[in-house]
Amino acid sequence: MKKVYSRPKSLKRNHFHYCPGCGHSIIHRVMTELIDEMDLQDKAIGIPPPGCSVFAYHYFDVDMAESAHGRGAAVATGIKRAYPEAIVFTYQGDGDLAAIGTAETIHAANRGEKITAIFINNAVYGMTGGQMAPTTLSDQKTTTTPYGRDVKLEGYPIRMSEILALLKGAVYIERTAVNSPTNIRRTKKAIRKAFQSQIDNLGFSLVEILSPCPTNWRMNPLESWQWIDKEMTREFPLGVIKDITGEKNAD
Amino acid sequence: MTGNSAVGEAAIRAGCQGYFGYPITPQNELTEYMAAHLSRRRGCSFVQAESEIAAINMVYGASLAGVRAMTSSSSPGISLKQEGISYLAACELPAVIVNMSRGGPGLGSISAAQSDYFQATRGGGHGDYRCIVLAPSSVQELADLTHRAFDLADRYQIPVIILGDGMLGQMMEPVEFKHEAPEEPPVRSNALRGAKGRPSRIIKTFTSKPTELEELNWSLFRRYQLIKKEETTCETFLVEDAELIVVAFGIAARIAKGAIKNARTAGLRVGMLRPVTLWPFPAEAVREFAKRTKYFLVFEMNMGQMVEDVRLALEGKGEVFFYGRPGGVIPTPSEVLRVISRHYYQEGLR
Amino acid sequence: MLIKTIFAGFGGQGVLSMGLNLAQAAMLEGKNVTYLPSYGAEVRGGTANCTVAISDEEIASPVASSPEFVVAMNQPSLVRFQNQIQSGGLFFINSSLVEAELSRGDIEVISVPANSIAEELGSPRSANMVMLGALTKKSNVVSLPSVIEGLKDTLKNKPKLIAINKKALMAGYNAV
Repeated sequence: MKKVYSRPKSLKRNHFHYCPGCGHSIIHRVMTELIDEMDLQDKAIGIPPPGCSVFAYHYFDVDMAESAHGRGAAVATGIKRAYPEAIVFTYQGDGDLAAIGTAETIHAANRGEKITAIFINNAVYGMTGGQMAPTTLSDQKTTTTPYGRDVKLEGYPIRMSEILALLKGAVYIERTAVNSPTNIRRTKKAIRKAFQSQIDNLGFSLVEILSPCPTNWRMNPLESWQWIDKEMTREFPLGVIKDITGEKNAD
Repeated sequence: MTGNSAVGEAAIRAGCQGYFGYPITPQNELTEYMAAHLSRRRGCSFVQAESEIAAINMVYGASLAGVRAMTSSSSPGISLKQEGISYLAACELPAVIVNMSRGGPGLGSISAAQSDYFQATRGGGHGDYRCIVLAPSSVQELADLTHRAFDLADRYQIPVIILGDGMLGQMMEPVEFKHEAPEEPPVRSNALRGAKGRPSRIIKTFTSKPTELEELNWSLFRRYQLIKKEETTCETFLVEDAELIVVAFGIAARIAKGAIKNARTAGLRVGMLRPVTLWPFPAEAVREFAKRTKYFLVFEMNMGQMVEDVRLALEGKGEVFFYGRPGGVIPTPSEVLRVISRHYYQEGLR
Repeated sequence: MLIKTIFAGFGGQGVLSMGLNLAQAAMLEGKNVTYLPSYGAEVRGGTANCTVAISDEEIASPVASSPEFVVAMNQPSLVRFQNQIQSGGLFFINSSLVEAELSRGDIEVISVPANSIAEELGSPRSANMVMLGALTKKSNVVSLPSVIEGLKDTLKNKPKLIAINKKALMAGYNAV
């Protein structure tokens, strides 16, 4: 009998602790498939953040080290500079990458660090219970914007990928989502491209993934998938934001 | 050579392969030295980070990858680094952190001060941990202790702080380096370098089981006990017949030494105990002296921090006086001599 | 014997290199020596100073609250340091730029027209070395050959300048 589907080798045999309908498990799956396909298990080093995915090391069967909130890009810089043969990725949420870790992220990208950031944008702080994130949409209700995000007081949803695309050190940036089979396939393709740009030593790469958080959005999984299409992608349009990987020669 | 440059050269000779820093006075010459000398070495990296927070986290990353790594700063910048130091301590990772301290609190002054004693010796960041703290009092000792710091960090898998001050960093003195830089600095065997030929490795502390974290704390503190036993270091000066013992560290000890020499000339039986390791504090040595004399004068360039460790060590047995100048004021040897004489005569030690 | 010297002047007058050269010379003679520059925002605004301590014994503090010798290359330095100098100390004044009006009589003033001498030598930037030459002779802390030997180290990145600096040192030495 031909086996057409199985657990990725680099995905540990642990049950996901994530909520029903959460995007993390899908993204973990996609990433570990890629780690297998690209033969990265013995050189990948992952940096998960504080947050729901703090336990990512229960699932990724690669070397991993926890980072302080927001410091993923700096930790990854230290690892990559000390051991350039590694394929280093950070796994960061919107609060982590676009609020407390803005400086680390922007400067790692600007230095063109050969690292890959997997940026999970779910428009809320998940683990702490659904507070406003830098990417929370205008008028969106969260536990700290109970009357909806007032852009006059709380600012606008921040488009981190577009900001990072302005930096010369960033070579590949794409925004995808995991709310449909098509989008999941696109996500996988984007992460493959990002990893490849790191393998080719081109510069900083980032994939922003719009990911559902049904628990904190107070929706069921289907509604949350639809909400990404209907609301989130209006503020955060999907697609390749920057790709200069073709322009540079791999060295 | 300036103290700052001496630390840089000694670090390179100790096999340091990663330096990550952010400019702040009075330690910029160290960052500049590493930019000029470390960055050109094969397999070594220098990054001027976007902040002290980023710098210490780069140190954390480089240490994860198994190389000897360091950062340096001065008081306000060291405050920012505390987050990373706590993570290093928790994850049992070696690192060397240099604090060329200056007057505080706040932005303070850029003049030499010793007001970071508590911060350095009590862990400094959140959680229950200690760093080994070394306090040099000359440029030569800065170089020697830098080498020792890297060795201690590796031996005990612990962050080590070199607590200097602005004056030590800025001043020049002759210095001799006792080691040559290694051709191939060793990589720590428990490094994160990809799961090649071994199971994947996780470096973390976060756990939802308090008992697990309790066990980590216990294991850290068992190691701290070992460090106390093996590594506590102090210097003594003219203590044999001393009736008054001055306790001082770093640059203050150096000033006190000058005062004590003059006191001796005047016939006062005064000696000095200088802790070289501030943590672990040489409590045993202090207690030993209490068997011979009752009187201790603690002299610090702060409002009185180490004096608490002296009192704790004495367990009420001696009489402890304190003299301090905070804010970056550098007392003169003659000023300290006046304080010594005053206590000496007041206690009827003549 | 512990001897402390403060060199002070505008940034760019070579105040720090005077101190460095003296420190280097003392080190060559096998003495204990410390060199402490002023640093930070203070030196950005214009005035710089450094302190050199030389002794046969260990040096306690590199700071000089009452130095034996002070070199004032500009007017503000004269004002700032004239009251710090030790009784019986020597006050070296760059008379090309400084008007010496001292309110105390317990110190000896040594006036050296350092800029004029340097200009005569065709090297106006060497006024600092003229002054150091004068200090070397009057203070007797280190020997002139040691100071000249020290130039090799302090100017190791600019060996071309050694000759003119040596000339300026000698001129200052012979001027007092």
